Amino acid sequence: MLKITKFLKPFQLTIYLVLILVLLQSLAELYLPTLMSDIVDKGVVTGNTHYIWKIGGLMLLVAAGEMICAIISSFYSAKVASGFGKSLRSRIFTHVSNFSLHEFDKLGTASLITRTTNDITQVQQVLVMMLRMMVMAPLMCIGGIIMALTKDAKLTLVLAVSIPVLILTIFTIQRKAIPLFKAMQVKLDKLNRVLRENLTGIRVIRSFNRTDHEKERFNDANEDLMRTAIKVNKIMASMWPIMMFVMNITTVAVVWFGSIRISNGHMQVGDMMAFIQYAMQIMFSFLMLSMMFVMIPRASVSAARIAEVLETSADIQDPSKPVLPPAHKGQVEFQDVAFRYPGAEMPAISNISFKMNPGEVTAIIGGTGSGKSTLINLIPRFYDVDSGKVLIDGVDVREMSQEELRKKIGFVPQQTVLFTGTIAENIRYGKEEATDDEVKHAADIAQASEFISNMPDGFATMIAQGGTNVSGGQKQRLSIARALVRNPLIYIFDDSFSALDFKTDAKLRAALKEETAEAAVLIVAQRVSTIMDADQIIVLDEGKIAGIGKHKELMETCSVYREIVMSQLSEEEIA
Amino acid sequence: MSKESQHHNTGHMPGPRRHGGGFGPMGMGMPVQKAKNFKGTLKRLVGYLLPYKVQLISVFITAIISTVFSIVSPKIMGKATTKLFEGLMMKVKGIPGAKVDFVYIGQIILLLIGLYVLSAAFSFIQQYIMAGVAQKTVYQLRKQVVDKLNRLPLKYFDARTHGEILSRAVNDIDNISTTLQQSLTQLITSIVTLIGVIVMMLSISPLMTLIVVVTLPLSFIATASIAKKSQSFFKGQQAALGRLNGHVEEMYTGHKVIKVFGHEKKSIAKFEQINEQLYQSGWKAQFVSGMIMPIMSFINNIGYVLVSVAGGLLVTKKAIEIGDIQAFIQYARQFSQPITQTANIANIIQSTIASAERVFEILDETEEIPEAAAIRLDSPKGEVKFSHVSFGYAENEPLIEDMNIDVKPGQRVAIVGPTGAGKTTLINLLMRFYEVNDGTISIDGVDTRDMKREHLRSLFGMVLQDTWLFNSTIRDNIAYGREGATEEEIIAAAKAANADHFIRTLPEGYDTILNEEASNISQGQKQLLTIARAILTDPAILILDEATSSVDTRTEVQIQKAMNHLMKGRTSFIIAHRLSTIRDADLILVMNHGTVIEKGTHEELLAKGGFYADLYNSQFTGRQIGNVGV
Repeated sequence: MLKITKFLKPFQLTIYLVLILVLLQSLAELYLPTLMSDIVDKGVVTGNTHYIWKIGGLMLLVAAGEMICAIISSFYSAKVASGFGKSLRSRIFTHVSNFSLHEFDKLGTASLITRTTNDITQVQQVLVMMLRMMVMAPLMCIGGIIMALTKDAKLTLVLAVSIPVLILTIFTIQRKAIPLFKAMQVKLDKLNRVLRENLTGIRVIRSFNRTDHEKERFNDANEDLMRTAIKVNKIMASMWPIMMFVMNITTVAVVWFGSIRISNGHMQVGDMMAFIQYAMQIMFSFLMLSMMFVMIPRASVSAARIAEVLETSADIQDPSKPVLPPAHKGQVEFQDVAFRYPGAEMPAISNISFKMNPGEVTAIIGGTGSGKSTLINLIPRFYDVDSGKVLIDGVDVREMSQEELRKKIGFVPQQTVLFTGTIAENIRYGKEEATDDEVKHAADIAQASEFISNMPDGFATMIAQGGTNVSGGQKQRLSIARALVRNPLIYIFDDSFSALDFKTDAKLRAALKEETAEAAVLIVAQRVSTIMDADQIIVLDEGKIAGIGKHKELMETCSVYREIVMSQLSEEEIA
Repeated sequence: MSKESQHHNTGHMPGPRRHGGGFGPMGMGMPVQKAKNFKGTLKRLVGYLLPYKVQLISVFITAIISTVFSIVSPKIMGKATTKLFEGLMMKVKGIPGAKVDFVYIGQIILLLIGLYVLSAAFSFIQQYIMAGVAQKTVYQLRKQVVDKLNRLPLKYFDARTHGEILSRAVNDIDNISTTLQQSLTQLITSIVTLIGVIVMMLSISPLMTLIVVVTLPLSFIATASIAKKSQSFFKGQQAALGRLNGHVEEMYTGHKVIKVFGHEKKSIAKFEQINEQLYQSGWKAQFVSGMIMPIMSFINNIGYVLVSVAGGLLVTKKAIEIGDIQAFIQYARQFSQPITQTANIANIIQSTIASAERVFEILDETEEIPEAAAIRLDSPKGEVKFSHVSFGYAENEPLIEDMNIDVKPGQRVAIVGPTGAGKTTLINLLMRFYEVNDGTISIDGVDTRDMKREHLRSLFGMVLQDTWLFNSTIRDNIAYGREGATEEEIIAAAKAANADHFIRTLPEGYDTILNEEASNISQGQKQLLTIARAILTDPAILILDEATSSVDTRTEVQIQKAMNHLMKGRTSFIIAHRLSTIRDADLILVMNHGTVIEKGTHEELLAKGGFYADLYNSQFTGRQIGNVGV
């Protein structure tokens, strides 16, 4: 919680202002009963109607002043809380934007999204409540006690009994209820999970005739939740009545002891009436505080999650003096590269050395977990090598600025990501200043023109968030077009043809060949047919290079390669 | 602290999930979702409460009693003050022997304590009973929804996202639960308080009551106009928040692409822009809705001042007693609370009814066609026949028309075609997840509609690409194939599926618990488990999906072997990706755009020179086309 309070610093002055306003508001609120007691004691007792009118007018003024203070403080606290949320959100987003894949792996994309959105909203809401109530409650409490003391110090002893009783009640009940609330959340999550499993597995469940079994599972979770919910609500049922009871009894006690003191001439009737109101104000401020104590743990969980993001620093930084490669050819070289994911026992890849030249196609093949994706992620510096070097045109990627480095690369990721916007905008993502012709050309090469022209608005068709209105294969082609429009020195295709049918795959590769003739092309693929024409095929097995060469050579020398090929092609095709 | 919080009857502590909902006027002015058919839905929801008639009536009675007791108290307490004041005045006037009547005051104090005890006790009873009623009702509702979901055809699920169904079955029901628990009794007490306070005030002084009631329309107008104003800001805030969340989600999931294309700055700029919009509408919404409290408090204070002044004047004229002022002050304070609360509860009830309506919509969906007769195949051979089958997902868009297929027991049928060609449609029909529009599908000569769905599905074994496993042990996941399978059978199935070895390398072996996304084993291993599960079922007919795109080659070989083992002696439908599978199939069904466009053996189809031949040539001799292109 404390770690993110520094974001409140720019609002320091405003917060002080809010505090002062709330103080004034509390003072006004506390002054009213005193004025009322004056009406009784000085006006009513003596029958001075003029005095009653005068004080009445004063009370109205005080009340109006209180309202104005409250509205102004509401204005500023709204600005503080929203401004705080805004700057925190912006800080987090900018910070996360600089994260490398490491940090994304570590914290999880879904979790990062929640942290940037819900968690900040949560903290912001609590801040509003804090500015409004948390500040007022102690002020009202202390002020109320002071006023009560000035009215009659001895009568205040009544509060010395009832306040501890109140605190104890709240504390006891909360202590019982909070663990149950937590348990309830866990049970609700479980219910959710069972239901979600039921939905995702509906075909399997029905085909295995396990509907009854699933019903039972759900019902167990449902019943479990119900029992806890009843329990927790029954406990909470006692909270309010007990608290109201304590307060009412306090009032009664004040009336009784007050009467005695009045009868003995120690205080006046109006004072007692005011005292009752002060007693209520004091006790209510404790109630407010107790509610805050329920909210704060919730907010502090969010705050801690936000702080965690801010404390995670991106481990990939630009060098202080970036170097630009002298030549712009697009030659990529791996020199004895090793990389290990943090916490992993074995390196994901090791002893990787190879060179890929402009105008050549290099292909990487290997099983899942053989390190293909890891390897290519090192070229645009999504990760940094643990040892060895990745060089582009002779310069270590770590010595270039990330922006310059990535400008040279056209990357087509395995998981296709499109953004909300038109098709043209999505293609232009690769090169902002691309002309319409360039965009169209890229779409042609990527075999996307046909389906684009079949869409309602052609290139102006909107892609929905997550690209849900285009098929997997169409997405892949758009993602390829996006890389093509960039016209880079180096192309990286990470298993980018998997969702295409073979016919489109073949056509696309044929068109690509021409387009990328000058560039260095790196293709990762599962299908042998996709890569068998490559100038150089790198076979990866368990993070190491099992063979490098052309298809024919590898067939003879590399058993891993042969095994892969055998599983996919028929005899005559291999030959 | 504002005075309206001082409210002497049963309120509530905010529950764990509805943040501040129903808690003061905090949530005021937020837009509310409205039900389409408010009355009907309300009636139906009330129907769920009927079994708890007795409890509910007692809740109503206790709520009323508790509130009445707490409303009577200020007037009684005022009497004590009056007595005190009288004694005092007599003293002041120097009447001999004048003293405060402590016996009378003591009696009143005791009476008050009694009333407060009773009020608290009844309030507790009411909440206590309601806890049971509310939770049992939603338990029942949840159960009904899930039972219903189990009877709905797949059509229903395919047309909706999981999120949507989940949100109805969980969030909406949860919303109903909170309302039943908290807002219902609040509504009762608020109304009773409002009426009770007016009655009590009238009984003390009609003139003073009039003065207090004058402030009433003021509060209404203030609340309504501010709520209206803030609603548009809240809508703006909601919209900005939606855009912001959308942008964050998109940028974080597309992080890699943004980095590699160097779009970080642009993405941040867009974020800042939305963030600014959110800020603008956010603080305004916050501020305007935050104004309700001070304004209500002020109006309330006007009432307070009027009571003090008018009361003071009336006392000097001996029209009322001093204790009446005290009572009036307390009543005036109790007055505005129920008004804001009722407005708030009205909103909550609206959104609850909207929730209930969404839940009832599920309950009203048409169920699967009920089973008529029940023919059982005790020793199924696996002969499958489609005769004159027509089918379409939508009424006027037929996908399959007059399809005839004849599969002999033990034959292999390969289904080929580009992605999205509708290969799952065939499965949907075979397993009767969807009903054919026309024609018949029969197994061993029996129309599938003459069998119970349960029995029909028990004839099939299914290994799909999307491997569905659940959050439990590996053993349980394999045993899912057949209820009551023994340990030996499970292990035998795992062995046959080439899964035994990898299972034993896991730290807990067969007791390893698959986590929620089943990400602690690889995709290929998952597939082996689903094969083991199918082997355990020992079905007459198999449906297999060969797609193993995210599986490494070695596991793929193992999967291949396991599948071959599984297919021995069984009729199988294979969504084929492998050339060998296709060529060796007894029958190839070529699908495109949801329809079977060609069928026959490999040779027949090649000779035909149609879609299949085209596909085959491009697929497996892609180089030729490539060369032509260059």
